[in-house]
Amino acid sequence: MSEPLVTLTIDGKEVSVPAGTLVVDAAKKVGIDIPVFCYHPKMDPVGMCRMCLVEVGMPKRDRQSGEVVTDENGDAIIEFRPKLDTSCTLSVSEGMVVKASSEKAVAGRRDIVEFLLTSHPLDCPVCDKGGECSLQELTMEHGPGKSRFLYENKMHLDKHVPLGDLIYLDQERCIQCARCIRYQELIVDDPVLGFEERGRRLQIVTYSDPEFDSYFSGNTTDICPVGALTTTDFRFGARPWELNAAPSICPHCPVGCNLTLNTRREAGAGGTSVVKRVMPRQNEAVNEIWICDKGRFAHHYASSPDRLTQPLVRKDGELVAATWDEALRTASEGIKAAGQKTLGIAGARAANEDLFVFRRLLEAVGGEAVLHDTMAGGDHVAQFGVGTGTNLKELGQGDAILVIASDLHEEAPIWWQRVFAAAGRGASLVVANARQTRLDKYAAQSIRYAYGDAVQIASGLVAAVSGVNGNSDFAGLETVNSAAKLLSEARNLIVFFGGEGLDYEGTQALANACARLLVETKHVGRPNNGLIAVGSKGNLQGAWDVGLRGDPRGLPAALGAAKAVVLLAADLFGDDPHLADDLDEGVFVVVQELFLTESARRANVVFPARSFIERSGTFTTGERRVQRFYQALQPHGETRPDWRILVDLAERLDFEMGFASELDVFGQIAESVDGYEGLTYEDLSRVDAQWPPVGAQDLYFGGTASKNTHGLGVQIAPGTERGVTFKAGALQQSEIPQSEWVLVPVTELYDHGRTVTESEVLKPRLSAKILRVNRQGVDKIGVEPGQEIELHLNGEVYILPVEIEPSLSDGIVLVARSQGIPASTPAAVELRAVS
Amino acid sequence: MLAEKYQAEIDQILKKFPPEEKRAAVLPLLYLAQREGGHITQTEVAEIAALLDLDATQVGGLIGFYTLLHDKPEGKIRVQICTDLPCALRGAETFAEELCENLGIKLGETTDDGFVTVEEVMCLAGCDRAPMFQVQEPTGIHYHEHQTLETALEIIEEYRKRESDA
Amino acid sequence: MPEYILLRHRDIPGIDDLDTYLENDGFKAFEKVVTDQSPQELIDSVKHSGLRGRGGAGFPTGVKWSFLTPGVFPRYVVANADESEPGTFKDREIMEKNPYQFLEGVAICSYAAQANTAYVYFRGEFWDLAQEIEKKIDLLYERKLLGAGLFGTDYSLDIYLHVGAGAYICGEETALLESLEGKLGQPRLRPPFPAAEGLFAKPTVVNNVETLANLPPIVNRGADWYRSIGTEKSTGPKIFCLSGNVERPGNYELPMGTTFRELIYEHGGGIPEGRKIKAIMPAGASSAMILGTEEVLDTPMDYESLPEIGSQLGSASIIVLDETVDISWVTYKTSRFFKHESCGKCTPCREGTYWMYNVLKRVQGGGGDRHDVELADLVAHGIEGKALCALGEFAIMPVMSGIRLFRDDFEAHIGDER
Ligand SMILES: Cc1cc2nc3c(=O)[nH]c(=O)nc-3n(C[C@H](O)[C@H](O)[C@H](O)COP(=O)(O)O)c2cc1C
Ligand code: SF4
Ligand code: FES
Repeated sequence: MSEPLVTLTIDGKEVSVPAGTLVVDAAKKVGIDIPVFCYHPKMDPVGMCRMCLVEVGMPKRDRQSGEVVTDENGDAIIEFRPKLDTSCTLSVSEGMVVKASSEKAVAGRRDIVEFLLTSHPLDCPVCDKGGECSLQELTMEHGPGKSRFLYENKMHLDKHVPLGDLIYLDQERCIQCARCIRYQELIVDDPVLGFEERGRRLQIVTYSDPEFDSYFSGNTTDICPVGALTTTDFRFGARPWELNAAPSICPHCPVGCNLTLNTRREAGAGGTSVVKRVMPRQNEAVNEIWICDKGRFAHHYASSPDRLTQPLVRKDGELVAATWDEALRTASEGIKAAGQKTLGIAGARAANEDLFVFRRLLEAVGGEAVLHDTMAGGDHVAQFGVGTGTNLKELGQGDAILVIASDLHEEAPIWWQRVFAAAGRGASLVVANARQTRLDKYAAQSIRYAYGDAVQIASGLVAAVSGVNGNSDFAGLETVNSAAKLLSEARNLIVFFGGEGLDYEGTQALANACARLLVETKHVGRPNNGLIAVGSKGNLQGAWDVGLRGDPRGLPAALGAAKAVVLLAADLFGDDPHLADDLDEGVFVVVQELFLTESARRANVVFPARSFIERSGTFTTGERRVQRFYQALQPHGETRPDWRILVDLAERLDFEMGFASELDVFGQIAESVDGYEGLTYEDLSRVDAQWPPVGAQDLYFGGTASKNTHGLGVQIAPGTERGVTFKAGALQQSEIPQSEWVLVPVTELYDHGRTVTESEVLKPRLSAKILRVNRQGVDKIGVEPGQEIELHLNGEVYILPVEIEPSLSDGIVLVARSQGIPASTPAAVELRAVS
Repeated sequence: MLAEKYQAEIDQILKKFPPEEKRAAVLPLLYLAQREGGHITQTEVAEIAALLDLDATQVGGLIGFYTLLHDKPEGKIRVQICTDLPCALRGAETFAEELCENLGIKLGETTDDGFVTVEEVMCLAGCDRAPMFQVQEPTGIHYHEHQTLETALEIIEEYRKRESDA
Repeated sequence: MPEYILLRHRDIPGIDDLDTYLENDGFKAFEKVVTDQSPQELIDSVKHSGLRGRGGAGFPTGVKWSFLTPGVFPRYVVANADESEPGTFKDREIMEKNPYQFLEGVAICSYAAQANTAYVYFRGEFWDLAQEIEKKIDLLYERKLLGAGLFGTDYSLDIYLHVGAGAYICGEETALLESLEGKLGQPRLRPPFPAAEGLFAKPTVVNNVETLANLPPIVNRGADWYRSIGTEKSTGPKIFCLSGNVERPGNYELPMGTTFRELIYEHGGGIPEGRKIKAIMPAGASSAMILGTEEVLDTPMDYESLPEIGSQLGSASIIVLDETVDISWVTYKTSRFFKHESCGKCTPCREGTYWMYNVLKRVQGGGGDRHDVELADLVAHGIEGKALCALGEFAIMPVMSGIRLFRDDFEAHIGDER
């Protein structure tokens, strides 16, 4: 259904745009940049900065007939309004004539600039936004002139107000456009910024506790049109024009936000280049122009002095530096000796190219390549995943979204933001989890279940829509029934499933049940319909797509049978020290890593790998979009990309892989991976025009989010779209251990993983090392909230403070992952007051 | 805790608005908080925010916008003299100066005993009865019109007496 | 003496007592509309009466009511009792002395709007008055003049008080609504107008206290009777607030179209010591000043005549400035007011009022130079036509007119050295 078009004239150019378009946007479409400060194309207009003033005329109409009155030449007579209009608040209308550059309009806008400058410190030479500031641009354009405002009349205000750990406010530079306030309020519903005072004293403030600690706070610095908001990370860091830019992809979660890495040579870093800041790169189908603060601030691990820079080989019980030649030889000897008893274990942090070569290598050796992750379901996603052309931005009234067993805000913040927005546009949101999460607030229907019952709930939904009862005790439950109704009646349905409270088999069963739900409700094989796995690692889907799976025997058994183990981006023994116990003394361990992890310490050979910042490759997002990232920095020391290490190793094992570059590897992927057929790097690099236009040329609209010139990636068609037949299986059940106390590990954004803890600025924000139980729980243990308690797990005792989480059910104790408690899935534990 | 002390009043206030528009109750609740000590504390801001399902920022930011809300303690009573144009045409500026002089303070200051703060305010809709002022005390605001220096000092004394009696 | 229609307490002492009010036809009008008239009939007759909003803009009241989005409920009525324009003190007298007529007006308006809830938004300074009105409202509930099932019909009405907290801008209707919703009192973008999306995003009528107080007499005595008072386009009685350099400042209820001369000299007792009028500010601090000429004095005070002599009626707050007044000082005072009251939302008002004040203060303090007078005027022109709400526009009125008419007063402050 195409909307009716309206034709108007702007500075003599005729433009036809859909009814309802704002004049400022219409102008942009014909290349006329009307300056704006408060207007932002992602937010409703407020018309408060008055920067976008234009002259507007309307065709004169006869009072009686309503007909347009014409002059002797038959041209419509245009009546101009006496006052200038704000083009950001005015919708187009037929025959409208807009003069954006008439003398009157320009003079009006010059007045506004002059007004703004009366309060502004004009400290551009020392401002972080210098070179990226629209006020600076406008000042140049209108000529700085001689200020008629006396300096001593200026308000002198605080220039260094910390709004929280991550963001600083310069009150003198702020122009009160309220973009930051509105972003926090309207786009992420975290209204921790506001105005206080009034008139010229109007100021940005926060009274929140903790202060400005929204997961999205960095975005406010991008859309701040001046240098009022800066990040603790980049403040005084560099001048924008000294920076180089490399397109990249955020590896932290399955959203796959498009990034720009700004780098600069740094004397302090011995003249090498370092990442100075991470910025969002526009991809309207993925992250629009936003990223979360983890993506923005966690990058420091790449330049950590603790990075491995040289291969290490164990000699006389000690790991010592070695040459690549020696390390490769040693590793290949160990693997050769183990032969078919070589077990390869990879984490889903690695790139598609790495994981593909990894599988190839282990196949060649005759060993086993397995995935180290608690999440499964990748096959279901490959089959029933979202259709090509899916864009969460398009979901709204009449559509539905189900989020089950996941806390999107913590696990995939930008998906949370986009799901929240869809709910705001009227999409029916169903949130099912064993505890309350931040998404419940917007849910048309919340379903609360006991940990362990996720699959049964999903089966209940299937039963409610299909009448097939898969042994679910929950079919017929009122919340389940009404949710099922919402989901089945929706025009489009997207299902996000996570792994909270589930293990590998549990998520497999959940994926299966969700797939059934989609099939039963006919929400497959089309854009904006399908299944998405909320994996805890960025490239989980890529790992599944190139053929990696969890070991069906279970890791302890698999390790017990192995003679050599190759670890790629997986810190097995850090995650669970007990796993090392399952390993025979003599087992030969090879590790490819960034840091000397617990696993690396146990290794016979350690290969120093490159981080995503120092190399290129591809990741596949949860929406199955394959995206390419590019090298931003020179390699650290002697590091090599993982795929390269594997190719080199293969050579020593006398297998010729024939890969000289990522390109070659990707060529093979495109030949052998389902759905990736024929895909090339070139395809991934293609860009279409995006709205709103952003980038350096257009500070007004996009702020400092950068324009995408290196590719929007390609969304892989799910099996349902390609006619591949793979039936969802019979409904199963999931369970958790039976015990007085069950520990449930959950994901929090700022985990204590090495890729986060290396960032100084994120340190104060790291997830709290606490246990959480319900009110009755603390009573049962016999302590007060805040007191330390003992957690007994597998014979070890951990002491942590306990807090109350009211929405938990009895007998459940929650802990954030990566807190040093080795449980990646629900585990039976004992809790006691400290003895 | 406001909720404990004023539960009945809070319920009364909330009844005025549709349940999903609780935010509308924020000004009345801020006045309640102010009743405690003539100003609003951070704790009270947080408490009101919790009562109304708001973020503390949505509550705290209001205080500076509205001139009758205060986030700092000052005199027990605030004598707020209108010196706006119509009153000034009838001698309000001189009146204000004389009153301050008599109290030994300048406009905007508080007497040494911490009892009176004298402030200039904008039009109070009492232009025909200037000089005039209002007295803001923690529990309310009262008008005093057709004033002279003598009557004003007497009024302040009365407030002082009431305070020491209480 | 003709009878008082709005300031009826001047004829009937004790009309602030409910029984007295009821004895004098009180709540007859409300009962009549609820039992006898459809909302549409009521709207039509108010349209016909020619009543125009007394809050300042003079918009026809019945027409405003007819803009309510059809079919959308609940609707709200908000009585604007924020009265804060310097020189305005009429709403206060109505509410203090003749409160029931105002409350009955709120009730009639609510019925016309088909609203079951009305709020009265008081400026915070009217604290004691608000307590009094609260008691009176309680009494109305007791007497079943408010609440459910009024006069045996299924119409119900609740009236609630809401007390602001000190901000002139909250008199602007959309800022008032923001404030009532618990937010900073900053104006909203219009459209949508309150009649389409007002309080809690529902169709809302906002009317001034005096406007509402006109409704009971219109209903009781008919629109034609009402039209017979005042001028053709500005009908009815009006309360003129007289202040400044006059012998007897105060409220004067007179027909629309009464001349300045009659108000100032006959009712207000003229200028102290027989001094001359230098200028008049007919709309409070927001006025374009007009010279105190004979021609001006003979101008009828109504919505049409004042624009013809370069000003506005506004809320009819007539501030008289006699020949001893220094207009430079007057503009310094008004600019101080607007600088203090600008909400800060839009750039020209926020920055412009601050700048204008600084320049005028410098001039007033003797620290200015010749260019400063020019500059003050230029800053005012810079604000002109660009602000988000009318406050910015108000702020420049006295400055531009003052400089135009009385430049000498400004230049008298300029030292010789520059
Ligand atoms: C800055 C500003 C202040 C205002 N103050 C008041 C006020 O104190 N009282 C009032 O009734 N209207 C005030 N108004 C007018 C209101 O916006 C609105 O027009 C009026 O309440 C409508 O009621 P009416 O139609 O009955 O006049 C103000 C307008 C502006 C722009
Ligand atoms: S901080 Fe920046 S974005 Fe926020 S209001 Fe100020 S200028 Fe605008
Ligand atoms: S008050 Fe600030 S723009 Fe109107």
